[in-house]
Amino acid sequence: MSDTTETGPVISADGVPLKKSLRRALRRQKLRALGLIAPLLIFVLIAFVAPILDMLFRSVENQIVSNTLPATVEALQDWDENSGVAPDEPVYKALYFDMFLAAEAKRHTRLGSRLNYEKTGLSSLFRSSGRRVDDLGDDYADAFEDIDPRLTEAGFWFSLMSGEGEKNEDPVASSRRRLSGVADSWLFGEVGFAPSQEITQLLPETTRAYSEFAVFTALVDEDVVAEEDPWEAVYVALALDLANADLSSYSGPGIETLRMAQENLGNLPIVPFKDFFEDIDDDWVDPEYWQTIAVFSPSYTSGYFLNSVDLQKTADGIEVRPENQRIYMMLFQRTMFMSLMITGSCILLGYPVAWILANLPMRTANLLMILVLLPFWTSLLVRTSAWKVMLQQQGVINDTLVWLGLVDDASRLVMINNQFGTIVAMTHILLPFMILPLYSVMQTIPPSYLRAAKSLGATNWTAFWRVYFPQSVPGIGAGSILVFILSIGYYITPEIVGGTTGVFISNRIAYHISSSLNWGLAAALGTILLAVVLILYWAYDKIVGIDNVKLG
Amino acid sequence: MADASTDSAFVEFQRVQKSYDGETLVVKDLNLSMPKGEFLTMLGPSGSGKTTCLMMLAGFETATNGEIILDGQPINNIPPHKRGIGMVFQNYALFPHMTVGENLSFPLEVRKMGKSDREAKVRRALEMVQMNDYQGRRPTQLSGGQQQRIALARALVFEPELVLMDEPLGALDKQLREHMQFEITKLAHNLGITTVYVTHDQTEALTMSDRVAVFDDGRIQQLAAPDTLYEEPENSFVAQFIGENNTLEGVVKEIKGKNAVVELDGGELIDCKPINVSKAGERTRVSIRPERVEINKDRLQEGVHTLKAEVLEFVYMGDIFRTRLKVAGNEDFVIKTRNAPDQRRLKPGEMIEIGWLPDDCRALDAG
Repeated sequence: MSDTTETGPVISADGVPLKKSLRRALRRQKLRALGLIAPLLIFVLIAFVAPILDMLFRSVENQIVSNTLPATVEALQDWDENSGVAPDEPVYKALYFDMFLAAEAKRHTRLGSRLNYEKTGLSSLFRSSGRRVDDLGDDYADAFEDIDPRLTEAGFWFSLMSGEGEKNEDPVASSRRRLSGVADSWLFGEVGFAPSQEITQLLPETTRAYSEFAVFTALVDEDVVAEEDPWEAVYVALALDLANADLSSYSGPGIETLRMAQENLGNLPIVPFKDFFEDIDDDWVDPEYWQTIAVFSPSYTSGYFLNSVDLQKTADGIEVRPENQRIYMMLFQRTMFMSLMITGSCILLGYPVAWILANLPMRTANLLMILVLLPFWTSLLVRTSAWKVMLQQQGVINDTLVWLGLVDDASRLVMINNQFGTIVAMTHILLPFMILPLYSVMQTIPPSYLRAAKSLGATNWTAFWRVYFPQSVPGIGAGSILVFILSIGYYITPEIVGGTTGVFISNRIAYHISSSLNWGLAAALGTILLAVVLILYWAYDKIVGIDNVKLG
Repeated sequence: MADASTDSAFVEFQRVQKSYDGETLVVKDLNLSMPKGEFLTMLGPSGSGKTTCLMMLAGFETATNGEIILDGQPINNIPPHKRGIGMVFQNYALFPHMTVGENLSFPLEVRKMGKSDREAKVRRALEMVQMNDYQGRRPTQLSGGQQQRIALARALVFEPELVLMDEPLGALDKQLREHMQFEITKLAHNLGITTVYVTHDQTEALTMSDRVAVFDDGRIQQLAAPDTLYEEPENSFVAQFIGENNTLEGVVKEIKGKNAVVELDGGELIDCKPINVSKAGERTRVSIRPERVEINKDRLQEGVHTLKAEVLEFVYMGDIFRTRLKVAGNEDFVIKTRNAPDQRRLKPGEMIEIGWLPDDCRALDAG
């Protein structure tokens, strides 16, 4: 070498550090490689990663309560969940306005269904309350009409609320946010209404209620605010405001009517909100129902996950569910147990087949391999249904056994719609996933190892067990991981042949996705399933080493 | 050809035949007997049946016909693991999931040997191949030569009386191969083991063996000590297969006692020793080794026939000169001369006269 003995970075011929010029040289290559995988990468991100993340999110997401009943949730903060008594009047007042809005937007039933997952009865409570929430306002509106008929006119209300002088945009903006939350999508567009600064201060509740009415009318119903009669809730709000408002300094439009209404406030059929709700349904003063609402009011909840492992969230903390409601732990255990059984049977049945394939001449092995692959070319549904034909009580196997006299006609074997049926059918369906990796690993084990072992004095069995088998373990590992992970999430086959005792956790997930529409619980169950698979994978890596898994 | 059964034979093949498909014989009527302690090499081109013979002896193939006898016992029906024959495989067949020590201890374990005995034997076997320090390594962490040594140690560790080796040095480079040839021979002789060695490398066969069996077409073409094999090939296949060889074709003109005169196809006459010819008029192929051709006329016997030759090519190879000549129409006639101070260095185009001792030129079958 030359006289340069300094230990600096290595320099290339043109004086640039070698690392830098190497990076530059490889950049084009890297970009091209990235370009080639980009379509797949994008596809995977959109079709695989995004749905999984969405599922993980849904398993904890619980914004429906705070979106639909924001004021109630806020008011409930002051209520002691463990007091054993129903909350006070402010909560019911908030509930009235929240419920009215939710009923107008027809969202109260959705919230009812959501809360019904946690406590039965809440769904019908919300549905019936939504129907009757108008009644209170109707009474108020009639009373106001008696005081001054103008009080029920659309135009009068519009000019009253618009007032004079400086406008205040805040009530409309917050109503827009509020209604967007209820409607679950952002409401765009011009409302064509803004209350004046003065009226906002004078009649705060009414401004809020009228703004909500205005936003809903303009953006959801797409009508002109000035031409529509206000909601019943606006009258209730007006009655609340008039009880406290000091009208003496105000001189905007409609002030005389307002003053008259304030003077005749005694004619209004004012009832406390609490009584109103108690009148609709006694359950509204039952603290248990309020506990459920309070416990599930945060935007994020662990409730779905607790539910997935047969626990529940109560005001007293986390509790085990009553025995007759426990189902998921049992289902998880059954899923694990049956997946293990299926994996075990696949090893037992697949190992000899793979051995024969690996030791046959290439031509014959290829021919037999087609037989192994044949199930892949048949519809999964057909294969599963075929098992139904085979295993049912009037099926092929039972008929044969009866005909042979091995089984009495009266006591035909029950082989389907139970765990046995599921294990048999799924072993058959997943067998190729065991045989293929086993075969490709066994192909790489030269026959000379067995010969060597025998020449060293080992019997056929010792040679197999001590020399051949350990080398085929990577194939068993790969096959088992494939079969186990596939079977733990299997759905169609258990659905068809599993009956009630042979279904998997995935059938329950499917039920919650498509029938009960409890997507949060389905997502939590799916997340747990995913976690179990990842933990198993991690454990396998620790014990066997994932590098030892060979698929070919 | 091969001698019949003798009392001292340790391994014997008696009229053994082998066919895989029932139509062609891979091994045809094999007779072979080996005394105890002999190092015998089966040499032949691929497909000549030598490996099949080895596998029949090991028990991995069954003879279609005939009897194989080991130490006086017919072993046709004894399974391989009961034959007690050590074997070294072509690719060593060291168990990859076991360490070197476990590999060596395996044959002892299956023989239900005690732990301390096993350890002592494994240590001794490793010492034998100078691999003591590698007991805890995995075979994949060893070089080819080291794996070879371990395979050898494993075949010897249970002290078999017969060891079979199936082209064990095929995967090694030339230098290592030569070194291992020497070591294997030394070990086999020191331990007094009977060894059957299969190779297609004739140098290996000549340097290592007590006797060599040359296989071709499912038969032993010649079974003899290396020097006999080289100097006195019994047929043209052996002459061609072992070492470098010049052949000339012609017809026997006359046979006079130990000598014969052959008229080559070009009309030239040469002297040679009749081996596979018995009477005048037979076609023959004569064979002569390159180093036995004499270019100095003074050294030849009186009255022998000589041939005219044209020098085509002269190659300087250090210890020897290799010259290619055109003789009697054959352009691949090669002679080798020792690099001595007085040796002539021939030039291409030069015309010379060549001859040889009649005993060195063997008139064989027409091939």
